[in-house]
Amino acid sequence: MTPASEVAENDLFEYLLRLGDDRLVLGHRLSEWCGHGPILEEDIALANISLDLIGQATLYLGLGGEMEGKGRDADALAYFREAVEFRNLQIVELPKGDFAFTIARQFLFDVYSLHQLEFLQKSANADLAGIASKGYKEVRYHVRHSSEWLQRLGDGTEESHNRAQKALDELWRFTGEMFEPDDVDNRLAEAGVVPDLESLEQKWRAMVSDVIQLATLSIPSDTFMLAGGRSGRHTEYLGHMLSEMQIVARSHPGASW
Amino acid sequence: MTGTTPKAAAARESLLDLLSSIKDPELPVVNIVELGIVRDIVVDGDSVQVDVTPTYSGCPAMQVIEQDIVQALEGDGFRTVKVRYVFSPPWTTDWLAESTKTKLREFGIAPPTGVETSGTADLVTLRRTRKTIDCPYCGSANTEERSEFGSTACKAIHYCNSCHQPFDYFKDF
Repeated sequence: MTPASEVAENDLFEYLLRLGDDRLVLGHRLSEWCGHGPILEEDIALANISLDLIGQATLYLGLGGEMEGKGRDADALAYFREAVEFRNLQIVELPKGDFAFTIARQFLFDVYSLHQLEFLQKSANADLAGIASKGYKEVRYHVRHSSEWLQRLGDGTEESHNRAQKALDELWRFTGEMFEPDDVDNRLAEAGVVPDLESLEQKWRAMVSDVIQLATLSIPSDTFMLAGGRSGRHTEYLGHMLSEMQIVARSHPGASW
Repeated sequence: MTGTTPKAAAARESLLDLLSSIKDPELPVVNIVELGIVRDIVVDGDSVQVDVTPTYSGCPAMQVIEQDIVQALEGDGFRTVKVRYVFSPPWTTDWLAESTKTKLREFGIAPPTGVETSGTADLVTLRRTRKTIDCPYCGSANTEERSEFGSTACKAIHYCNSCHQPFDYFKDF
């Protein structure tokens, strides 16, 4: 086992970008519901979860910037990188779709995040562990929210059931990427800094299957999986989202209020 | 608080008193010391460092609180004030004292009842047992949860079936 102190800062920077970008992009997508939620309570809930995710992203990107040592803070990383430099999973950048699509995506990501952060709380890197232990508590609330909604939608009316199943069918091919390790994952997992993706996948699959069954929905039989987000290959949607998210910071660099 | 000499300890106590005048902007009945987010104060000549632990990752009140701390300590004569964020151990509502919980209740916010954060058994079932939260207005236990996400990151929305009043619950965290 490689001691945590010998882990390359470059690997840590790369992993922190993944953690930060997943949450930044998903948090931004979720914020698009603000003022458009199906009911008031839900509008508030989605905005709250979005705030948690963007808060978590700020912490991961901030620590990433310190690791990189080039003077970039969380804002510099969020607002002044191009789409090809983003390291998020493709699943989080897809347009928000209808409420069923949003809930199904949150659910698939929340369960991944829950088990990822559960491990990271005990990461061999103390700074990462500290940030993750806060996020873990937040994600427990997120999982409850999305899993309960998936059950209500799946086991609700014919319309809600069909929409929830359609959402799962569309999203499923984007889930493989969560568990496809590369050299960064392997080196960091070896040093006990990040979870091993194989055991993460087992935990994810068990919980996801349970809830899909409770929701009277079916796991898509599709086994074809897309990938590429971790190395900067994204869908056409990310660039459009970023141009909207980054325009104010880029039009007025250094502005504050 | 790490104690050194009696004099340093006394200085720290008086600074804690000073910081007790800073309220949480989203929860004006509770000050930041009662909230448990002030973790340490280290004085070195005319500089001071305050260790603060955030409540939620994205809590927007933290920035305001940081400014308030800097302002209060500069007003007290310190030339350099540094606010450092510490994340471990993570903040929990279990750190709220009984007297703080009473203040919340009197303000109309049901206080936290104790955190259960281990295991995943109760996470994904609609039929999980939900805690009974007493209404802060009439005391009734006949209340229901409307949403685990409320007006701020730290609150949930509940409803009292006895006095028909919606109320905030400072959720377990």
